[in-house]
Amino acid sequence: MRKTRTLLAALAVGLLTSTAALAGDVRVMWYSDGVEGEVMKDLLDRFMKENPGINVILDNVAYAVVRDQLPVQLEAGEGPDIARVTGLKALSNHWLDLRPLVADAAYWDTNFGEQADWMRPDGSNQISGFMTQITLTGGFANKTLFDQAGIAIPGPNATWDDWAKASKEVAASQQVPFPMVIDRSGHRIAGPSISYGANFMGADGKPAPLDEGAKTFLTKFVGWVEDGTMSKDVWVSAGGSTYRAGIEDFVNGQVPFYYSGSWQVPQLSTKIGTNFDWVATGSPCGPAACTGMPGGAGLVAIKYTKNPKDVAKVMDYLAREDIAKEFAERSLFLPAHKGVIEKGLDFKTDDAQAKAALDIFVKATTTSSDIAKKMPGWFWSDTVYAALVSRVGQAAAGEMKLDEAFARIDTDIAAKVKDSGR
Amino acid sequence: MKADVPGKTGLGIGEVALVPVRLAMGLIDAPLRWLQRVAGISGMAAFFLMPNMLIFGIFILLPFFINFAYSMTGSTALFLSDRTFVGSEQYARLFDCRNYLDPNTCAEDTFWTAVANTGWFVIIQVTLMIVVSLVTALILNRELAARSFWRAVFFFPVLLSPVVVGLIWKWILQRQGLLNFSLYGFGFEPYTWLNDRNWAFAATVGVSIWAHMGFYTLILLAGLQAIPKDLYEAAEMDGTRPARAFWRITMPLLAPNLLVVVVLVLIKAVQIFDEVYVLTGGGPGTSTLYLTQYIYETGFAAQLRNPGLAAAASILMGVVLVVLTLLQLGLSRSSEKKGARK
Amino acid sequence: MSRVAEFLLRRKGGKGWHWTDIVTWVWLVGGLFIMFGPAVWLVGSSFKSPAALAEFPPSILPYVTQKATVEGYDKPLDLYDVTLPDGSKATLAEVRRIGIISQMVDPQKPGEIIKVNIAERTPVRQMSFATGNYTEPFTQFDFVRYLWNSVFVTVTATLITLVVNSMAAFALSKYEFRGRTFAMLLILATLMVPLSVIMVPLYSIISALGLFNNLWGVILPTVATPTGVFILRQYMLTIPDELIDAARMDKASEWQIYWRIILPLTAPALAVLAIFSVVWRWNDFLWPLIVLSRKELYTLQVGLSIYSGELNVQWHFILAMTVVTMIPVVLVFIFLQRFITTGIAGTGLK
Repeated sequence: MRKTRTLLAALAVGLLTSTAALAGDVRVMWYSDGVEGEVMKDLLDRFMKENPGINVILDNVAYAVVRDQLPVQLEAGEGPDIARVTGLKALSNHWLDLRPLVADAAYWDTNFGEQADWMRPDGSNQISGFMTQITLTGGFANKTLFDQAGIAIPGPNATWDDWAKASKEVAASQQVPFPMVIDRSGHRIAGPSISYGANFMGADGKPAPLDEGAKTFLTKFVGWVEDGTMSKDVWVSAGGSTYRAGIEDFVNGQVPFYYSGSWQVPQLSTKIGTNFDWVATGSPCGPAACTGMPGGAGLVAIKYTKNPKDVAKVMDYLAREDIAKEFAERSLFLPAHKGVIEKGLDFKTDDAQAKAALDIFVKATTTSSDIAKKMPGWFWSDTVYAALVSRVGQAAAGEMKLDEAFARIDTDIAAKVKDSGR
Repeated sequence: MKADVPGKTGLGIGEVALVPVRLAMGLIDAPLRWLQRVAGISGMAAFFLMPNMLIFGIFILLPFFINFAYSMTGSTALFLSDRTFVGSEQYARLFDCRNYLDPNTCAEDTFWTAVANTGWFVIIQVTLMIVVSLVTALILNRELAARSFWRAVFFFPVLLSPVVVGLIWKWILQRQGLLNFSLYGFGFEPYTWLNDRNWAFAATVGVSIWAHMGFYTLILLAGLQAIPKDLYEAAEMDGTRPARAFWRITMPLLAPNLLVVVVLVLIKAVQIFDEVYVLTGGGPGTSTLYLTQYIYETGFAAQLRNPGLAAAASILMGVVLVVLTLLQLGLSRSSEKKGARK
Repeated sequence: MSRVAEFLLRRKGGKGWHWTDIVTWVWLVGGLFIMFGPAVWLVGSSFKSPAALAEFPPSILPYVTQKATVEGYDKPLDLYDVTLPDGSKATLAEVRRIGIISQMVDPQKPGEIIKVNIAERTPVRQMSFATGNYTEPFTQFDFVRYLWNSVFVTVTATLITLVVNSMAAFALSKYEFRGRTFAMLLILATLMVPLSVIMVPLYSIISALGLFNNLWGVILPTVATPTGVFILRQYMLTIPDELIDAARMDKASEWQIYWRIILPLTAPALAVLAIFSVVWRWNDFLWPLIVLSRKELYTLQVGLSIYSGELNVQWHFILAMTVVTMIPVVLVFIFLQRFITTGIAGTGLK
């Protein structure tokens, strides 16, 4: 007992002292959807060999930490030195301006300039960091189901209605429970809404009330959920702004068409294996566009760091063309680096279907609509997504009429705008 | 002076481990005797109470008061110093309804939906929970072979973290889950239980009972085992029917433990969150959205947080709970008095 | 077998079956399925590969498709039971599949390609444990460190809880003083405040005290549990005051009364509280997740959450690590549970 107590006391003292930050330490907060954490660790280990004075610590965390806890830390003026974040714009006043610190600011501007605005305060020319990956929403079709049903996979100009019709025929002929499934997320239904002419941004930069375009698609969508064209499981069996992916049904060959995005490719590759053939289809069209929703996660430096110079060194290293290329190839992510995209890259997978799908997504990044491209850099996009998903979810569950849901979406967003005092 | 140490049999190692503790306790005794002389017996009461109240004050009570301050402020800033004073505006917003009987006419419709859902949940879950744990405790109190095994069976889910509980049951109840698979064997079509408002609600009740009943069963079982067996033997000799013995002997003697259980079950039911959040996420629609989830999402997990509104909602929730508990304690006290008079 | 049944079903006195016996056994056996079934399935699933986890219909035990090495092919090929057009059955290896037609070879005669409609084949399955779910996290996952942190938090928090709560419960049950009812009401009132509700203010306090990213920031807010005070006080109320009066006559100090009379007599309730405290602190998730964001401070629950990403959750690792984290609490329970009943029987008090 006494021994244990001494041990405990020693441990307690150790714990109290070990939390103080050492000079030369750079802490990176990182979350993983797949293997990218291991790839990053590997890259950072190499960095530390090249730069023995800098100790980079990779803190792997759950995504929930980045989403819910990091903002609290930042507001208290605390936090890691570098973080992988998705809510880039909303927190942009906490990011460090790397422009005076990086070796070659022009290199950053040419290669990452396109997304630089997603992560800096409006109206500045700050370099906050870079996108670790670009994501783009898009569809996947179960080619085997289509072939078995003897129905051609709709072409690149097919509309959402065409896809619904074709998928329904496939589902009927192949006895699968649902023709289509979309992830439960506001971000996922915002893209198709834009294809139907929606513009969520008002002229003053604040959210505009839902327009006809958005209402048209959302009405269609809720109708599909009600008549069983769209899987009920994903949208109805959750509430609020909960995220639910529809990947399970697709992986099990239970649904011919799945609308999600580029990040699912590695999952589909490992989980489907050779069970059936699948293809990426890009985004179905509406009258206004055939756009997916761009997005992704960025690696940003945080301005409360005690070692800005070392942080800039780490960022410079990770932004290097060869490193960015290796990271994308090994993690199967779409890269943001312009040089890497132009020279092309060789994704490290022996699954030909995954490779083909990734190539389709790389190509599709160039054809997104202008409105969709602006969404990730817009302060209010997450607010709009949250309102969309919770109210449309209620309408799909039959709790609320569509008009009511539309009215609630507008009042929800207006209340948030008012709360924020902006 | 020497009190019997319970459970002492066969505890050699434990006894040895206790020696330094005994020594330490003895050493503390001298200064404390001095304290007792100076402060008197009531001073000692304060001494015993102090450590708990200090920690309690800093980490539970203080946040509670800060929460009250939050409920009077607006804006999305997280720290009190950055927030603006708005008086009772947040409360007014919660109560802004055209028709108080219909949550849909309120400005904060989800809050009132959550209130109604929580009310139903508490009524149904508390009743079922107490019945189920009591029956289980009665059964485990019988002469059973391998009783500690059976006790462990019913206690086991308490050891699981709420997140795991939610996940396991989500996998069981989803359309491609274990339940449908078993029913499929009997010729039933797969059904998505969590898409149906009533089934989803029933699932939250059932899963929360599954996860926590072991806790309450244990408390009740401890109470049952403390009832002297000779009371029943005497009753049997007098020809008392077992049902009558249950109401006349078991229930009154179990009352203190039952009170603990009722209070705890009630409180945990109002606070229900983690398992449900993982299991249904509040859906379908808002049919399993409970108060804590509303508060958590509004104040902490939303894209633009509103800690003021969340705090106002939590203060309202707290007030209702205190009233409920007082009522309960008052009722049990008056019934105790009645029992004493008999 | 009949011996086992006889042992399990034997009843005191060996009288005939009463309806309560039937209810008892239906309840127990039903309980066994409902309580243990999901857990067995959890353990079984933790050995499944990601693909097997997503599979429908689900299986209790992990299965994968059997593979065979066929001459002329670099990689092992999947084996299938195939119904050939002439109605005969064979076990063939799949070379590749194009649309709905599968090209197969007979492992015995590798030269000849047989085309089969995929509806005519079913995979040959064998049980296989994906032990990688367990071993892989151990390489990236500083398991020993997380385990230490978890043990430290659990043990320290439980010890402090027991001491502090029992002292408070003693004061609240055995002393008459002004404000006693008020203190009890205060504790009861806050008993109901869920953590998620006071999270933001609590965070500001922890941050102000410098306990952020510190294990004490996890421990301290949890130790003054109102539940513990409540349970212990209710139990202590049943201890007769005469014992204390007698001790005072013997010139025992108040402190001696507390630890030599009250504590031993409260042992069963303390054991209950100890079990719950261990389980609660071990499974605490939300709060440690908020306070601890440095990997050297992670507890096991926080550590295993790193497999939950934004868009994907690596269930196979989470399941395996959940099973691992369950083992210590199960052991603690098995060890402590006998104290509860023996303790109560031993006091002979109530």
